[in-house]
Amino acid sequence: MSTAHDSHDKGVDAATGTPTTGHEWDGIQELNNPLPRWWLWTFYATILWAIGYWVVYPAWPLVSSFTPGLSGWHSRSAVVEQLADLQKLRAVSSAKLANVPLDEIEKNPELLNLARAEGRVAFADNCAPCHGAGGGGAKGFPNLNDDDWLWGGTLEQISATITHGARSGDDEGHQGNMMAFGPILTKAEISDVADYVRSLSGTGPKDLPSVQKGAAVFAANCAACHGEDGKGNQELGSKNLTDGIWLYGGDKATIVQTITNGRGGVMPAWTSRLSPTTIKALTVYVHTLGGGQ
Amino acid sequence: MTAAALKPQPPRKTEPAAPAEEVLYAARRAIYPQSVHGRLRTTKWVLLAITLGIYYFLPFVRWDRGPDAPNQAVLIDFPTRRFYFFFIEIWPQEFYYLAGLLILAALILFLMNAVAGRVWCGYLCPQTVWTDLFLAVERLIEGDRREHMLADAGPWTLEKVAHKTLKHSVWLLLAWWTGGAWVLYFADAPSLVWDLATFQAPTVAYASIAVLTFTTYTLAGHMREQVCTYMCPWPRIQAALTDEYALNVTYLYDRGEPRGSVKKAAVARAAGEKAGDCIDCNQCVNVCPTGVDIRHGMQLECIQCGLCIDACNNVMDKISRPRGLIAYESEKNLEARAAGLPPVRRIVRPRTVLYTALIALVGGIMIYSLADRSTEGLAAIHDRNPVFVRLSDGALRNAYTVRLINKKLEPRRFVLTLDGLPDARIAVVGTESGPEGDVLTVGPDQTLEARVLVTHAGKLDAGASIPVFFRIRDLTSGETAIAKDHFIGP
Repeated sequence: MSTAHDSHDKGVDAATGTPTTGHEWDGIQELNNPLPRWWLWTFYATILWAIGYWVVYPAWPLVSSFTPGLSGWHSRSAVVEQLADLQKLRAVSSAKLANVPLDEIEKNPELLNLARAEGRVAFADNCAPCHGAGGGGAKGFPNLNDDDWLWGGTLEQISATITHGARSGDDEGHQGNMMAFGPILTKAEISDVADYVRSLSGTGPKDLPSVQKGAAVFAANCAACHGEDGKGNQELGSKNLTDGIWLYGGDKATIVQTITNGRGGVMPAWTSRLSPTTIKALTVYVHTLGGGQ
Repeated sequence: MTAAALKPQPPRKTEPAAPAEEVLYAARRAIYPQSVHGRLRTTKWVLLAITLGIYYFLPFVRWDRGPDAPNQAVLIDFPTRRFYFFFIEIWPQEFYYLAGLLILAALILFLMNAVAGRVWCGYLCPQTVWTDLFLAVERLIEGDRREHMLADAGPWTLEKVAHKTLKHSVWLLLAWWTGGAWVLYFADAPSLVWDLATFQAPTVAYASIAVLTFTTYTLAGHMREQVCTYMCPWPRIQAALTDEYALNVTYLYDRGEPRGSVKKAAVARAAGEKAGDCIDCNQCVNVCPTGVDIRHGMQLECIQCGLCIDACNNVMDKISRPRGLIAYESEKNLEARAAGLPPVRRIVRPRTVLYTALIALVGGIMIYSLADRSTEGLAAIHDRNPVFVRLSDGALRNAYTVRLINKKLEPRRFVLTLDGLPDARIAVVGTESGPEGDVLTVGPDQTLEARVLVTHAGKLDAGASIPVFFRIRDLTSGETAIAKDHFIGP
């Protein structure tokens, strides 16, 4: 009882004969009815429950550990167990996915759903940081939804790229590089060839005098990798320059920068990090984003 | 306030409260309700039989839905996320039907309250019904009020131990059956009964039964009226919703007071003085399951079961006075009688009209939406990354995830088309476009997710966002569903 309470007059309610607490709000008095005794017992029961909990479950922090409790239960081990149960639950479908050849999956709606569902999660966990949540790509990281592929867009090619990567240090990975032409070509030549490259896809005008000059530079320096028609070569990872889709940007300054300094973005090899089944699911997922060939 | 001021309020406790001593915790006062016969008691027995009959046996009622669906009339199927109620099947996204039911239930509760106070509490509330059942068991084994009180006050004899053991065993059995019936609503009842009996049922079933056995045994056997007095919010809400026209179990003090024996009353009447009909026999108190004295007026503890009406009527019959000294009566009539005015009965009042109208409205909306419920559905979600894709030939493509819903219990073939973008080509990943168009087969009572690519070769303005409509049409029945989305340009 605080002193504030005592300063009020405790009385007895006339209608019921019940003592009051002395609290009054707008003429409404608070009756001091006793609590039911079972309520007290319930309170004691919660205390007993808490003590039992300390004994059975991990509860008290110690200097460098904690009291583990008699049951041995632990939230982390519970998660591990649940994950193991989940793996068991998925074993059947995972086995199906593992045993069916890559090009059969998309013909079977059930397997396609399975692969896309698993692929979507694996993509979000592993690929989205560079390629974007939906594979939309970013500067230097290819958009996986379009039909322009650096290293090929068939199931086999996508699978190979995911497994071994590009410029990843993996011997079986893609190796091609866009070399730096800064030391080889003059600035004027680079400017001319940039105008020529832009004209190939209609990104830039075709009737500039520099385009003619650039064509000669292109034939001498670039055609070896990008092809005489500029359509690129998926063996080398050289980009198709005629389709208006750009990895680093199609404005002249960016193209000049690309030619001068070269490019060599890295796609890691995932073979050591993801299971073959996951790579399979990822392949199908990327293939069905829309650009698969 | 006015009614209270008019009414003489006898002190609720016969002896004045012990002044100084403050008690923090009060033990429960044991209540030994006496058995009673009468119209309202019979009504309560009938309602008890109906409600408990429904509860215990409904899971076993069968309802044929065909080979692909369960044949249990009422089933909450969590694993497949369906709720079956006779001819109705509810999907999780149609949970609003349940919300509608709850709104209806609340409104009906309000209407009941406006017409006749706490009829819910007195006749239909599970707490009341189960407590009634447990009290009946108690009386059967330990005897009626007097016998039971004597035994409880007396020493522990072998007979008393046997009675108590038997009573608690039957209570536990009833409680266990209550929990057992509960889990049957969540799985095929006959096979679950077999699984439970052969110890093959899931742990959660046994755990639920154990919890409900415990709560039923505790609440109906031991807590009883304390649930209504201390735990239930409805008495508090009810007090705020009631008005002076609502019928409540009421002691007609103007007729009953002054109390006295039959003889004294006869003498007083002979002398031309006023004599009340109440002979202070305490029958109304003895039969009360919550232990209140109705003659003190409306009280929070009173669940208005009307058993005191039956008890008092029986007494009135014996002393040849008219029935209805305790009756369903309104505060308004109490005032009218005090003022010597004729009684007023007004069931049609603004609040009852409003509640009835709201019930009709909500019920009507629910019946309409249920009758109009479509058995197919379509939802489309636009890809968010990337919003659009430029293809190597310069065309624009948007990708969507669409979900087809088939609520019929048979597989259905839908053809998917797109309206709103005339030149666009659509392709469904994983399917070939046939002579009938892009056909998708959705299994019975299932959904199907598909990735749809929409390619537009024409020129679009920068920042264009064109409304498009996906449409599915059932190739057999011709039923359609539409989902709106947008085709977004560069």
